[in-house]
Amino acid sequence: MEKFTLAVNGETHEVTAPGDMPLLWVIRDLLSLKGTKFGCGQALCGACTVHLDGVAIRSCSLPISEVGEQKLTTIEGLSANGEHPLQKAWQEHVVPQCGYCQTGQIMNAAALLQNNPSPSEAEIENAMAGNLCRCGTYNRIKTAIQTASKS
Amino acid sequence: MLMIPKLSFLPFKKFTNKSKVFRPSRREFLKLGSLATGGFMLGVNFQCSGPKGETLTFAPNAYLSINGDNQVTIIAHRSEMGTGIRTSLPMIVADELGADWKSVKIEQAVGDEATYGDQNTDGSYSIRMFFEPMRRAGATARHMLMEAAGKKWDVDPSGCDTRNGQVIHAASGQQVDFSDLLDLLQDMEIPDQETLKLRKLSDYKLIGKDVPIYDVKDIVHGKALFGADMDLPGQQIAVIQRSPAVGAKVVNYSEDKALEVPGVNQVVKISGNGAHPGLNKPLEGIAVIADNTWAAIKGRAALQVEWDLGENKDYQCAAQMEDMIRETLGDGKLRREKGDVKTALGSAGKVLEKTYRAPYYAHATIEPPAALAHYKEDGTIEIWAPTQHPQWARDSVAEALELDAANVRVNVTLLGGGFGRKSKPDYVVEAALLSRAIKKPVRVQWTREDDIHHDFYHSHSAQRIKAGLDAQGNLIAWNHHTVFPAIGGTSSADELHPSDGEMGLGCTDFPYDVANIRIESHEAKAHTRIGWLRSVSNIHHAFAISSMLDEIAELRGMDPVEHILSLLGEDRKLSFNEEMEGEYPNYGEDIAAYPWDTGRMKRVIERVSAEANWSKSIQEGKAMGFAAHKSFLTYVACIVEVSRDENGKITIPEVHYAVDCGIAVNTDRIRSQFEGGAQFASSLAMSSAINFENGQVKQNNFDSYQIIRMPQAPKQIYTHIIESQEKPTGVGEPPVPPYIPALCNALYKLNGKRIYELPVKEAFV
Repeated sequence: MEKFTLAVNGETHEVTAPGDMPLLWVIRDLLSLKGTKFGCGQALCGACTVHLDGVAIRSCSLPISEVGEQKLTTIEGLSANGEHPLQKAWQEHVVPQCGYCQTGQIMNAAALLQNNPSPSEAEIENAMAGNLCRCGTYNRIKTAIQTASKS
Repeated sequence: MLMIPKLSFLPFKKFTNKSKVFRPSRREFLKLGSLATGGFMLGVNFQCSGPKGETLTFAPNAYLSINGDNQVTIIAHRSEMGTGIRTSLPMIVADELGADWKSVKIEQAVGDEATYGDQNTDGSYSIRMFFEPMRRAGATARHMLMEAAGKKWDVDPSGCDTRNGQVIHAASGQQVDFSDLLDLLQDMEIPDQETLKLRKLSDYKLIGKDVPIYDVKDIVHGKALFGADMDLPGQQIAVIQRSPAVGAKVVNYSEDKALEVPGVNQVVKISGNGAHPGLNKPLEGIAVIADNTWAAIKGRAALQVEWDLGENKDYQCAAQMEDMIRETLGDGKLRREKGDVKTALGSAGKVLEKTYRAPYYAHATIEPPAALAHYKEDGTIEIWAPTQHPQWARDSVAEALELDAANVRVNVTLLGGGFGRKSKPDYVVEAALLSRAIKKPVRVQWTREDDIHHDFYHSHSAQRIKAGLDAQGNLIAWNHHTVFPAIGGTSSADELHPSDGEMGLGCTDFPYDVANIRIESHEAKAHTRIGWLRSVSNIHHAFAISSMLDEIAELRGMDPVEHILSLLGEDRKLSFNEEMEGEYPNYGEDIAAYPWDTGRMKRVIERVSAEANWSKSIQEGKAMGFAAHKSFLTYVACIVEVSRDENGKITIPEVHYAVDCGIAVNTDRIRSQFEGGAQFASSLAMSSAINFENGQVKQNNFDSYQIIRMPQAPKQIYTHIIESQEKPTGVGEPPVPPYIPALCNALYKLNGKRIYELPVKEAFV
């Protein structure tokens, strides 16, 4: 077990964990931030997507020992009052069905818009291909990203 | 089958609350037609709080209450797994009541049939079963509020109305908050349910409109809580190594290496229930119990377990598929007969005979099964679980722990997808057994691999259809052989044929006007746990039937849409019963009340054909396919357009659905179910399959069990809802069945190759 200091959503947290513990379990089990979801554990579904220094990563496949001083942002820290343009667009289009994968979708989409504020339809599809939705909300996700990109 | 509504009447239960309760004089169990609804038995319930008892809460039935702050709280008693039911049922109550929807609070019910009625969220019947009871729940309160206001203002109550949390009297211009009538309500009686007046459909402000889901804000903020998100102080996390093949037994195991993993505290064995373990029992397994999930996962990897793989150790699904196909060549068990198929086929000018195969499918909800259990010192247990069926979870825990069900409390969280998987409470029982074993709260967490390896699978299937045309080209004979391991086989080695329920899912309810029909099933043994997946056997039955009919249309030189319209014949109401061997369950409803109405099906077909511009000339590299299929009492027709891009890859530019589900309750959630249904069905058609070798599942995770991703998803999905005053029916499952053959028929038009096996071997994007 080692001690790690993490910068999470603008705050500093100290945790004790084995160095191989994936960041996902640090976030969920040790920091009790439940908005980041477990879906596959193999970086195949995107439910666990968070930002490290603004880059979307699959937290299930990144050991805590690799995080270092990079700033971690989870869905809880994406915007001050939940008013990120994507969070608003998501509500406007009532994107979610069960809702489980949606935080990962939003985090991935937020990183996309950060790099490419006006993505084409094909660019959205390619950027979002790593995020699975079993309920099948893909069309509304795409529409919401397009709406947010115009705001 | 469990998807069929259980119709039972509940005895009147004596009201035992000792707090300040105003008993109404008329408290008999309210008659509500054929529906089992416990929620009406309580009568009027007032509870006092505050130091002087000045705050009253008015609860005229189990589904709603109004407190002194004019807060209307509505109980969602069915499980939210993505259909929007947690919004759509409460909004019916609110609309009828005249509540201010924006300020309504929704609370999730615990599993309790005596209080809430049926809570088995399955079989697309929530709206069908509870539309009327929810209206009545709201109307009962509305009637009493209007009576109270009438008394207060000395006016005729029938001149009052309710809107936005107030009673209003238009003639005098008076209005009053619901909460200001609570005192007067104490002396009121529950209105006679026989004469209770419900609002006219045209009077509703929410029903028939797009209403956003209640939880959307919490979901996008990451605050919505699912089963896997539940925590209790002092809890442990369990990850379990389960039987690699169903029926496998632990010969011996060593926990030493697991216990060396930091954070691992205990290892506990769970006993299985044999090769036909049933639908609500855990598989045999070794549970590693730890402080956190990662420690439990690592501890499990360190376990050394020696298994006796048991009677399924040589099971190969590919070999069983060949056996099943061979079975269909002979005579099977007769399930429906009309006329004389053998003679008709013998005299037919042309006979077409085709065999269709479909694989096992896993549910693969993005939230894998998880459940938190807390066994307490007083011998009671409390559960938090993402379950579709909290009552069955409760009964199953009670059975496994030999407790009275009264000592088991099941709280229902949001479900991260369900699709039938989370009807089965095996994972809830696991958590309960472990919590009792270690005397601490335990949350069981399945990994994705656990989910793919130990599901209750949609059965693989083989079907052979023989169709005969007479000299004039008329379809005169239809002989359908179907074979697949049945759901019943999960519980019993003797269940070798599909049940009447499974046969009635798109096979024996063949609605077309053909003079000679013979439908047969064949034997197949269950070598794994078979369950039900979104639309169940309709998946493979619709694939075979609608693919075959498309091929017959071509043989007859007819347009596929015109062909189906002509086969449906005159507008008729079918009941099948005189032709069925055994029962036709009709999804649990009386066939007289819900007949198979060919006219309604023709209207959805005509609508989808017009909306999709079916008759337009097809562009180069594009093609449309069509299918229609009724399931769960909902009529659906579907047109799928496929296109080949410059790299030769297939995309799906457009999907059109037309649906007649009777009265449309929440139009936005109807559309979302069709959008999602098209994508769910795309996965089944294009990419998913489970295979067994040596009794064990070959796939592990989303790399090998693939579901579609955004680039493969249909680009535009249009849902055309037929305006209807008919009784409402469900939409969770009905989008799936017709989509798959519509896609296959489109691909045939594009490529000239008929599809007889799922998933389709085609180069999609």
